[in-house]
Amino acid sequence: MPDQSFRFESVPEVRESLRRVDYLSDEGIAGVVYLADRLGKPILVEGPAGTGKTQLAKSVAEMSGARLIRLQCYEGLDESKALYEWNYKKQLLRIQAERADGNTWEKLEEDIFSDDFLLTRPLLEAITADDPVVLLIDEVDRVEVETEALLLEILSDYQVSIPELGTIEAKQIPLVFLTSNNTRELSEALKRRCLFLHVDYPDLEREKDIVLTKVPDITDSLADQVARIVRSIRQLELKKAPSVSETIDWARTLLLLGVEHVDAETAKATINILLKYQSDIAKAVRELEQEHGTIVKAAAGK
Amino acid sequence: MSDLKHDAPEAAAGWAITELLAGFIQELRQAGLPVSLTENLDAMEAVKHIPLEDREAFKYALAATLVKNNTHWRAFETVFEVYFSMRGSRYHIGDADDELAKLLEELEQGDDDMQGDGPRSGSGGGESMTPEQIAEMLFRALQKGDDALMRAVARQSVRRFAGMEPGRPVGGTYYLYRTLRNLDLDAVMDKLMEQAREQAPEPLTPLEERLEQDEFQARVDQLKREIEAEIRRALVADRGVEAMARTLRKPLPEDVDFMHASREEMASLRKAIYPLTRKLAVRLARKRRHGRKGPLDFRNTMRHSLSSGGVPADLKFKYPRPSKPEIFVVADISGSVAAFARFTLHLVYAISGQFSKVRAFVFIDGIDEVTHMFEGVEDISEAVHRVNTEADVVWVDGHSDYGHAFEVFHQKFAKEITPKTTVIVLGDARNNYHASQSWVLKDIEKRARHLYWLNPEPKSYWDTGDSIVGEYASHCDGTFECRNLRQLEKFVDYLA
Repeated sequence: MPDQSFRFESVPEVRESLRRVDYLSDEGIAGVVYLADRLGKPILVEGPAGTGKTQLAKSVAEMSGARLIRLQCYEGLDESKALYEWNYKKQLLRIQAERADGNTWEKLEEDIFSDDFLLTRPLLEAITADDPVVLLIDEVDRVEVETEALLLEILSDYQVSIPELGTIEAKQIPLVFLTSNNTRELSEALKRRCLFLHVDYPDLEREKDIVLTKVPDITDSLADQVARIVRSIRQLELKKAPSVSETIDWARTLLLLGVEHVDAETAKATINILLKYQSDIAKAVRELEQEHGTIVKAAAGK
Repeated sequence: MSDLKHDAPEAAAGWAITELLAGFIQELRQAGLPVSLTENLDAMEAVKHIPLEDREAFKYALAATLVKNNTHWRAFETVFEVYFSMRGSRYHIGDADDELAKLLEELEQGDDDMQGDGPRSGSGGGESMTPEQIAEMLFRALQKGDDALMRAVARQSVRRFAGMEPGRPVGGTYYLYRTLRNLDLDAVMDKLMEQAREQAPEPLTPLEERLEQDEFQARVDQLKREIEAEIRRALVADRGVEAMARTLRKPLPEDVDFMHASREEMASLRKAIYPLTRKLAVRLARKRRHGRKGPLDFRNTMRHSLSSGGVPADLKFKYPRPSKPEIFVVADISGSVAAFARFTLHLVYAISGQFSKVRAFVFIDGIDEVTHMFEGVEDISEAVHRVNTEADVVWVDGHSDYGHAFEVFHQKFAKEITPKTTVIVLGDARNNYHASQSWVLKDIEKRARHLYWLNPEPKSYWDTGDSIVGEYASHCDGTFECRNLRQLEKFVDYLA
């Protein structure tokens, strides 16, 4: 494996650099990114949708000035889409062109299985790149269990074996992020090769900071209110709790509407930005009103 | 900066860490977390890159390398707390604490109206705090949400109220209960809300009130966690790490027994069931689509061969479409097994897309069909809740009578069981010594495609006392022990 110097000095440095590119991390996120660099291991990022898993990879790429190579996973993804493919149309053309020259078969075969006829796909591209890259394998839980095995070689040894060409080793170890929405259990083999990072909904303070960063013109008190209301809503048993990106959208909406102070009416009118299921919306609206009753009762009973 | 080689003295320290980690990983495995050898090595490598003084970083380094499943996080955290938090010398029962004394001092100076200027001895201070002082401090801590103060209150109240004695063979929950009872957090909450209402310039709207309450609730929860941690620390200091880790070992959510789950465990089960059903549904849908390959699809193959110059390089196959079974769930919902029935119904309905039809029947000694409660309902848990409250299942006395329930079931619904139907019976078969009427099952088995029985009791209890599962089992295609989510998931997977 090639030698390399480390990208980051310390955990606080990672955190600070991420902040500079508008990604507010916490101790855990920064720590795992730092470790991934030091140990040369991929990071498996798991967590509810819309908590900034993909954004983390993008931000790390941005802060370290690396190119981001992205492999979006989907059902039916295979070798030829993820790793490499022989450009057989070009090969066919070559064969037909060569036939006229009367070349021997051996020479021809050598010719058509060379770099010229190889189409690199994201994974191969990431390890053959000369410049620093960040590889993002997005929604890895969408591929089938069998396809996962494709990733194993590249994740543990940073190399790709092509039968006709031999093994291609990485020129430098890229930072690799795999994201998962946890729709299925990933295989043990894959998990073992990765550092695990669970990104959950941020706590109140951090969410407020995120809103303040991402929605520049918002006032401090409105951001605080937004964060607090979202926290209350997340505590309900919902089909889909509001994600961070939805929080930001909501904050933007409130700002556009010129709201300075969120009251129950505004919240109800705009809650469809936070929640996407009708049953969730109904529940949240009911809850936000209902709580009053219980408090009053508690106060009266005393 | 890349010089990571250890010098001789550091190597000695490294050895101590290795020892400690080995014990820690051993304990994780005992707690049920699967930690492989490579992960073990990774963890050892990882801690080399982390400054050991930084506890948080150390914790995350270990978590990232050792815990690969978020549901195991709590178990990890507990073991970590026990193993690493109290290795410092300052945690012992009855130890003095300078930081706290300072805090108290500040408090008293800043506020003259704080009641009772009780006598305090030197820097140790803590021992002499009166309950009133603690209550005052508690109120302040919650009001401000001050972390340091919160920790101080936790420590004080444990020392004052828990009544911990060295060597006393009592579990942590007992001390927790004692401490919380004395603090009376509900009353404090009311007081806080009242004050919030008074201090607001104008009356609080319902929304604001709700937010205030959530805020205080979050703080109270934090305080509870602090108190728990404090008790744990004290207990570890008293009993030693190994003994303590053993008593704290809790089953992972998927291993929690349905019939003996505590309220807290129930809540975690309810949380676990939704992602579980989603995973199951995705897996089943995929299995259906990608099951076996069918016969060659000639047209499709020819179409694709055009791009390779008429050579059929890429063969295409037809996929078979397996038939979807029809499911009848017949569930006992009497006290002891109600939780089990609830989870099973939830799971079956969550993946009802995999079946052509699902019908649900519940019984105690009478039987009632509850299919309509699930129809057009988006929220399954709500429907399940309705089943438990609205279904008409009591015939005589509300004690389980499988025989009568089966008889009525046979009268009313047996005609509708076809060779496409799979019938699943849920219950512990504790029949209170009534007649078994097992001929009903025999008849159902003849009519239906399959008849399965799921029993939430451990296998060793079957056929003891009034359990007659053996008699029923002789007519079933399969009888399964189904005590936790893991077993339930396995069965449903097998079913679809």
